[in-house]
Amino acid sequence: MQTIHVIKLDAIHKTYHTGEVDVHAVRGVSLDILPGEFVAIMGSSGSGKSTLMNMIGGLDRPTGGHYWLDGIDISTLGRDALADIRNEKIGFVFQGFNLLSRTSALENVEMPMLYHRHRIPAHEQLERATHALALVGLSERADHHPNQLSGGQQQRVAIARALVNRPSLLLADEPTGNLDSQTSIEIMGVFQKLNEQGITIVMVTHELDVARYTKRMVILRDGKILTDEMVPDRLNAEQELDKLKQAQAAVQLA
Amino acid sequence: MRIFASLRIAARALRRNKMRSLLTMLGIIIGVGAVIGSVSLTTGATKQVEAQVASLGESVITVFSGNFTSGAMRGGWGSAPTLTVADALAIGEVANVVAISPEVRDRAQVLANGLNWNTQVMGESPDYLQIRNWGVASGSMFSDQDVRSLAKSAVIGKTVADELFPNENPVGQTIRIRNLPFLIVGVLAPKGFNLFGQDQDDVVIVPYTSHMHRITTRIFVNSILVEAANDKVINQVQADITDLLLARHRSKEQDFTVRNQLELMQTVTATSRAMGFLLAGVAAVSLVVGGIGIMNIMLVSVTERTREIGIRMAVGARAADILVQFLIEAVTLSAIGGSIGIIGGMGFSWLISYLQHWPVNTPWTWIIIAFVSSAVIGVISGFYPAWKASKLDPIDALRYE
Repeated sequence: MQTIHVIKLDAIHKTYHTGEVDVHAVRGVSLDILPGEFVAIMGSSGSGKSTLMNMIGGLDRPTGGHYWLDGIDISTLGRDALADIRNEKIGFVFQGFNLLSRTSALENVEMPMLYHRHRIPAHEQLERATHALALVGLSERADHHPNQLSGGQQQRVAIARALVNRPSLLLADEPTGNLDSQTSIEIMGVFQKLNEQGITIVMVTHELDVARYTKRMVILRDGKILTDEMVPDRLNAEQELDKLKQAQAAVQLA
Repeated sequence: MRIFASLRIAARALRRNKMRSLLTMLGIIIGVGAVIGSVSLTTGATKQVEAQVASLGESVITVFSGNFTSGAMRGGWGSAPTLTVADALAIGEVANVVAISPEVRDRAQVLANGLNWNTQVMGESPDYLQIRNWGVASGSMFSDQDVRSLAKSAVIGKTVADELFPNENPVGQTIRIRNLPFLIVGVLAPKGFNLFGQDQDDVVIVPYTSHMHRITTRIFVNSILVEAANDKVINQVQADITDLLLARHRSKEQDFTVRNQLELMQTVTATSRAMGFLLAGVAAVSLVVGGIGIMNIMLVSVTERTREIGIRMAVGARAADILVQFLIEAVTLSAIGGSIGIIGGMGFSWLISYLQHWPVNTPWTWIIIAFVSSAVIGVISGFYPAWKASKLDPIDALRYE
């Protein structure tokens, strides 16, 4: 009996033909990610991590190799089929949140359901969006617009939007890049909680501090995997938050 | 994606830029408004002409005597006396001819009741009223017996009645035409002005025999009025009359002219129709300009919302979903603009009819045509921007600042 990998990359290559020089952004990455994993993909800029991320997210296709998502080889699918995969199997969280402005948090969360292959009745959409917002602790802000929310709250809305179609994979691209350190820890806490509920998370980051909240760290360099190991001294977001608050309280007392 | 959701997204996007949406729609509003306004006015005018022609009798054929030509000088219709009463009676035997009336016309000073009035005195047969679709208001028409006996009976139009008998019933009174006393047997129902602005009620009608032998001394009639059974046989009847008169006159050249009311109507409505087409053409051009405006704004909108398109694609919108979204936005713009234009155009034409007392009529077909064509313009002008949006690469669109 073979376990179905959430992600199975087999010698993935990505070459950009721009101008006279071919740019080899990713050169032969093989990676297996099992259900329930929490993986950080790290690397300096130019290491190919963003390109790899786009391919894992089904936004881009590899020029070589194969990619199975949930047992489906999606490296050869067409545009529309990829759109359906993104809709049903992948939840995106971006560095810049990417919420629709002047649209309420609830409607932002409902948006992916509009594009679902099977029609989701309005009451079910509302129910699922409300549930997803509750999961990230934003129930009481459902009717707020993004400009009425803090950065951390906006990122929570984005996470709720990513979860609403019950994807097999939550994909986060520098999710804490625009946030201060306390809010970053809070967001990592949300991810840890979701991971404990069994959701597979793959996150791209260049901050080691953030990566230490995950379970597994993959470091890329020049389009290849440099190291792939379990996080030895994993941080717990709740504890770190407590420590930070105590430190702040100490500063105020002093 | 379902259409309803697309409509909601489109409505929200349009509400976000109210002023811009309104200005974009203005081109369509003016174009459709101009179409509906000009069509309403010309249709109203045409309907009025048709109604006037119908009041003359739709299946009426008029035979005029020919042109008088002497050397190089050519007289007008009826200037050469060629038609006789016998011609008229012969025409009465033609198939599908229902009624005839030999017509003689003269202007005369008429006296009655101590007053006088210059009016048109016409000699006709009793069938004249049937042919002209006319009725008597009081009294009755003179009879065929009156025609045979050259009776001094007359019916008078409403204008003559009002001028000569301001406070009395004219029926039974005497009217003097060229010093001959005629008995007024009836007063005609008011008929108003004809197409050429003549008062049709300013008339005295006597039996044509009385006119030709008592008032004037004539052998020839001015024209012959003929009523065909219906407007379908009118062309055949016209041809038969032409053949009959050619044979009777034994002339090589046609010394008479046969006309029907349909031809007259076509001549009169042709002008207003041409005017209407001209106006509609100008309006169509402004519709096209409005369409270009929509395309322009949709292109701006696509560029502005590149990031939104990227987000939607990232969460699973297909190219077709994006295409439909922007297409619906363009069609919503143009359809709302078209609806406002229809209402505005109708309002404008009603205002004209209220202020100027012009007849207006907005045909349903044109309302539908205007609405459909504005929606079609929305599709055409929205398609390119929408197609451009749907072809965006999600990665590039997400990165767009």
